[in-house]
Amino acid sequence: MMVPLLFGITVISFGVMHLAPGEPIDIATDLNPKATKEMKERLRKYYGLDRPLHVQYFDWVQKVVVLDFGDSFSPDGKPVLTKIKESLPKTIIINVLSMAVIFFLAIPIGIMSATHQYSLIDKLTTVFVFIGFATPTFWLAILLMILFGVKLGILPISGWSSLYTANFTTAQKFIDVSKHLVLPIFISSFGGLAGISRYMRGNMLEVIRQDYILTARAKGLKERVVIYKHALRNALLPVITIIGFSIPALIGGSVIFETIFAIPGMGMLFYTSVMSRDYPVIMGILVIGAILTLIGNLVADISYAFADPRIRHE
Amino acid sequence: MNRIIRRILLVVMLSLVITSCGNKDGAGDKAAIPADKKVDYKPAYGDTIVMGSIGDISGLIPHITSDGSSQEIGSYIYNGLVRYDKNLNIEGELAESWDISEDGLKITFYLRKGVLWHDGELFTADDVLFTYKFMVDPDTPTAYAGDFLMVKSVEVKDLYTIEVTYDEPFAPALISLGIWILPKHLMEGKTLKTTSLATQPVGTGPFKFKQWLPKEKIVLVANDNYFEGRPYIDKIINRIIPDTATMFLELQSGGIDFMGLDPVQYTKQTGSAKFNEKFNKYKYLANGYTYMGFNLTNDKFKDKRVRQAIDYSINKEAIIKGVLFGLGRVATGPYKPETWFHNSAVKKYPYNPKKAKLLLAESGWKDTNDDGILDKAGKPFEFTIITNQGNDVRRKVCEIIQAQLKQVGIKVEIRIYEWATFINEFVNKKKFEALVLGWGLSRDPDAYDIWHSSKTKEGELNFVTYKNKEVDEMLEKGRTTFDQEERKKYYYKFQEILAEEVPYVFLYVAEALPVISSRFQEIEPAPSGITHNFIKWYVPKELQVYKE
Repeated sequence: MMVPLLFGITVISFGVMHLAPGEPIDIATDLNPKATKEMKERLRKYYGLDRPLHVQYFDWVQKVVVLDFGDSFSPDGKPVLTKIKESLPKTIIINVLSMAVIFFLAIPIGIMSATHQYSLIDKLTTVFVFIGFATPTFWLAILLMILFGVKLGILPISGWSSLYTANFTTAQKFIDVSKHLVLPIFISSFGGLAGISRYMRGNMLEVIRQDYILTARAKGLKERVVIYKHALRNALLPVITIIGFSIPALIGGSVIFETIFAIPGMGMLFYTSVMSRDYPVIMGILVIGAILTLIGNLVADISYAFADPRIRHE
Repeated sequence: MNRIIRRILLVVMLSLVITSCGNKDGAGDKAAIPADKKVDYKPAYGDTIVMGSIGDISGLIPHITSDGSSQEIGSYIYNGLVRYDKNLNIEGELAESWDISEDGLKITFYLRKGVLWHDGELFTADDVLFTYKFMVDPDTPTAYAGDFLMVKSVEVKDLYTIEVTYDEPFAPALISLGIWILPKHLMEGKTLKTTSLATQPVGTGPFKFKQWLPKEKIVLVANDNYFEGRPYIDKIINRIIPDTATMFLELQSGGIDFMGLDPVQYTKQTGSAKFNEKFNKYKYLANGYTYMGFNLTNDKFKDKRVRQAIDYSINKEAIIKGVLFGLGRVATGPYKPETWFHNSAVKKYPYNPKKAKLLLAESGWKDTNDDGILDKAGKPFEFTIITNQGNDVRRKVCEIIQAQLKQVGIKVEIRIYEWATFINEFVNKKKFEALVLGWGLSRDPDAYDIWHSSKTKEGELNFVTYKNKEVDEMLEKGRTTFDQEERKKYYYKFQEILAEEVPYVFLYVAEALPVISSRFQEIEPAPSGITHNFIKWYVPKELQVYKE
């Protein structure tokens, strides 16, 4: 099932990409007095853009099945996979860390809001996570940069590491990178708290009202055991689905976020490729994203079955 | 090549014109520094300059790239045969001298002897020949082969003499040989994919390439054997910070030493004594102008009086004040003021709505139905201005024009399109009534491609379809004459005609606004900008920050 699905995705992506006006060569030739018609034709031929679309597509497919995503159309001419490899680790590190922070904070917040429904703490955390959800990241990022970077001078403003790290020990390098990551991870998790914590709260409330919780309480179990052993387990089930769906999101970067912090990740790579109509890179990222989405769905299904006996038996 | 490409580089496409950091050309004008700040320092080697740049380079072989950042990095690594000096006259770089034959068809270069490539090999005439061949090779994906396809032959006379022959005299020929010379020994027989130059460029310039971390930074180190002397500064780190607000914060916190400011930052955010102690601000006219072009095939704009009237009704000073906070100058033609070919005595169109209304009435546009909008033969005077997305300044310019034209009774709509759509669907196909756009300016006055009547086909640059026999003649003569005084006459005339005919409403030339950490000494603003003597910049020992 996955193979034809993937095939369909590539056909549509390829088609849509070529439907967009403009070509990879435009960036060098648009409004450029030195770029004559012959030069444009020459460039189109160089990149194989003069061939019919289906020929270009099958040529591309033939290479992709042996995992050759081709070379970028940008002047550095690097293989697509190299370009992705350059950007991917940073995006993954940031996404994994911020996702960990989100789950680490959002699940307890959700539980607490549910068990203390309509209490002060429920209301406070609700306000807090919604503020996080509603705050424009770029604005908050700049405020924090001014505070911690310029005024207090304790955190670096942007980038991945300091300029001079050659003489650093591994530990120092680790600290250096960690310092650079504090603001980005704070910003990206702050906005994500609301979703998961509200979701968790909803699940928990639903589970708590179930008969088996009543039974557990009736058995005289301690409230702690009731909540964390019996209720939590069941309330966490839907969260597994979310984790599965988050797998493709691990390689997706945010353009705004990466731009502000000058961290070169997948968001910027994809954005610049689209703007310069760098077809091979666009297709490469789309295909990898599609594969990961399909895998994510599969993982979610499998782990769900693993965690929930009801599904396994059906 | 920097110089060649600079002159044709578009005013930065997707980013704000004025925030681009690489704009270092143009006449200099240093913001006032209190006299008591001057201390006697001694030149010293060492330290690093960290530059902020909004865009990454697109490749390390600048001959096949077209973005400003790649050109800038290239300018530190490579040299050409000739270059512009600080007063914008052509001087020898890798060429010691040259002769131009009587008929203007042959240029003989006598090269500098003993210049070494960064890897220690000797630079010779063979490298020049090789670079020429590289540029005209159909397998080289460059948009800049045009100038070299006009060359008839290139002949190596001896190790240090080379002769370039043309079919017909071509005035910009000399400066086109400012193309950066590539090392033959590292490139010959290799393709762009296999050559080591794509990852480890080797030039003859003042700085050697050390490292490129894509979208993060580029590191260059001083070339000890540079033929004009080793640069004082040890290292250049070019940091890529795509967001200008972040870049500005990095500057304030000491993370970078050198960036281009935007007018808001220049006028409103950099006034404090503390800032001015740590940094020096400079300003000079950038190499580009912004204009509103008419589609001259549109009936509304066929009457010269209408175009003149629109020019009179647009208050350029108000635009400069409104969008550039006064940091720009009114443009009167397609050239930058202060160049030898700029004619300042052309007809000008100061803001004068009364005169505009008079001219419009003369050409038949009157408000007959009292709705505030002029009409003629029952049709109201309305048109649409288009511009590209992502350029806030241009959008604001459109809005100001819209408001000002409303005053004289012309209704203007504004449409903003994404760049590729804008160019392919509207500009190239001439599907527009008026547009607001910018041109990068040349240091050579040749403007054949933009104004000659033969360049009006689809996809060519005379997209306003301006056709004038006299202009054609001036442009043809101008590009085939070498004598500067004579060329000047042709281009003066050309500017007079344009000013009279108003195919564009020339709006303004913006100012480039670089800011540099005050520890750097010996910065000398000149007509060519501030980086012409970059290798002489230094940081006194006591002020050096980066010590390894």
